[in-house]
Amino acid sequence: MVLTVGGTRKEYPAELTVAKLLEVEKVEMPLYVTVSINDEFVKREEFETALLKEDDSVEFLYFMGGGF
Amino acid sequence: MSFSNEQMTRYSRHIILKEIGVKGQKRLMEGRVLIVGAGGLGSPAALYLAAAGVGVIGIVDADEVDLSNLQRQVIHTTADVGRLKVQSARDKMEAINPDIKVNAYQTLAVADNILDLIADYDFVIDGSDNFPAKFLINDACVIAGKAFSHAGIIRFQGQLMTYVPGQGPCYRCVFDSPPPPDAVPTCRQAGVIGAMGGVIGSLQAMEAVKYIAGVGKLLTGSLLTYDALTMEFRKIGLPPKRSGCAVCGEHPSITEPFDYAPAVCEFQ
Repeated sequence: MVLTVGGTRKEYPAELTVAKLLEVEKVEMPLYVTVSINDEFVKREEFETALLKEDDSVEFLYFMGGGF
Repeated sequence: MSFSNEQMTRYSRHIILKEIGVKGQKRLMEGRVLIVGAGGLGSPAALYLAAAGVGVIGIVDADEVDLSNLQRQVIHTTADVGRLKVQSARDKMEAINPDIKVNAYQTLAVADNILDLIADYDFVIDGSDNFPAKFLINDACVIAGKAFSHAGIIRFQGQLMTYVPGQGPCYRCVFDSPPPPDAVPTCRQAGVIGAMGGVIGSLQAMEAVKYIAGVGKLLTGSLLTYDALTMEFRKIGLPPKRSGCAVCGEHPSITEPFDYAPAVCEFQ
């Protein structure tokens, strides 16, 4: 299955959940990342169940706290 | 308002721009911007807004200048170490441009004062260095119907987004609530490359100038991210505002600003 993740198109295994994608992409602290699929926010409690499908566009949005 | 000869000369590079012109420069001179934090982001933002002739600029910070600030907080000099940041910042802004009025607020931005602080301003720049302040500024701006620029910087990365009432998601739509202390690097131990504040804080000043002059397209509904190591900018489209957002949603549960407990910064 081809997905666009963070602007890059890549091949991924089928039956992929958001939680699994976070793992595959080695996202640090996945509990504190905001995920959007095709311009819709994914609720955090749905990370384990939300399945990705062919051609989905996924973005990871990270907390950035500094202003220093 | 008519321009003096000195003002015509001072602002000539603005006035010659067809998007700004005399009208846009007048708007800037009648504009009011509040900068929360006179640090890495706030320093370049304050310098550029002062130079641009923004009529009234407020600057909020409780701290004194520390030697470790000078690697990036370019509004302060070695001679300012130990002085209040807001006074140091005001001196530089007035030295650049005696036309402007600078209001210095030596205080932390907290729930008790944030609505009063932002009340007299058209646009707010979040140059704060912690999540409780970032959520506080978002909530207050949503509640008061103010446009603001959010930004964060850490290590070699930075990002920013703009909120305008009625246009796109707010910061809380995207990030919901602050991460627990220690979950996400926020504190001074993480480090930040000095010029990052210059890049991102200048972009915040750019958003303020565009908003006040009424030109161009703002970063509403988008998050612009910058990775200095790969030298990549990405403008990530954000989903529309969340109808269930606690502050800007249809049935908000947050109707007045409140303070989160400040993050404790410990050496790791």
